[in-house]
Amino acid sequence: MDIPILKIEDFLVVTIQSELSDDEISKLQEDILLRIKDVGATGLIIDITALDIVDSFMGRTLSNVAATAELLGAKTVVVGIRPAVAVTLVELGIRVKWNVNTALNLERGRKLLKQLIGAEQRGGVS
Amino acid sequence: MSEDEEMTKVNIASSADIIAARGKGRELAMKMGFNVVDQTKITTAISELTRNIVTYAGKGEVTIEKAQSETGDKNGIVVVCVDEGPGIKDIGLVLKGGVSTSGSLGLGLSGAKQLMDEFEIKSKPGEGTIITIKKWLRRR
Repeated sequence: MDIPILKIEDFLVVTIQSELSDDEISKLQEDILLRIKDVGATGLIIDITALDIVDSFMGRTLSNVAATAELLGAKTVVVGIRPAVAVTLVELGIRVKWNVNTALNLERGRKLLKQLIGAEQRGGVS
Repeated sequence: MSEDEEMTKVNIASSADIIAARGKGRELAMKMGFNVVDQTKITTAISELTRNIVTYAGKGEVTIEKAQSETGDKNGIVVVCVDEGPGIKDIGLVLKGGVSTSGSLGLGLSGAKQLMDEFEIKSKPGEGTIITIKKWLRRR
């Protein structure tokens, strides 16, 4: 299954529409990085509204994608975490190690990205 | 419907099996009337434990079924994960969380324990691991 990676201005938007197997996750990870490089994206939004579960493996994957995208010069925001998923992630204890920016929805995610990028350009800490 | 029909066994050997096991867990939890948050916790715990099977043991199996407390006053769901993998040397350490030999977050076991009401582990190095987790329906 190919997961579409859309480009809006300088940002890429990836919407994960169903639960992914490990192979699909690695492929997506690779595709995202290639696209970031190809289009010179400065931001990446990963929309996980459709996911009714995020386990520690998926959590780590998202954080790895964010870390690698950062090395290519793109900031990442994960949007659409469901309330039940949020409760579960906190109990799972993921907050301590999870260094990922999040926003409620796509619109706020875009705003947050612009802030993050703006802060960096001004030389501030992001 | 007989009790037997409420029992599901899934063989675990790949990430596709993890997704299948989660689906079965979610299905039963939903059918039993668990709320969405508890459904998500149960499904996530199943995911963590079956992921451990794939990562450390290579293969194993998970059984998901209805459960009743010993006193008979609580109904819930019980998940049993069995593998014949390397086993766990220091269970206490692993349950504290944040320890990993596979480059993961090390939250699997501690996380599953946190998400469920009951957690029992039996493991012997070289012989395998049996983990039983339970979640009770909250009475309204």
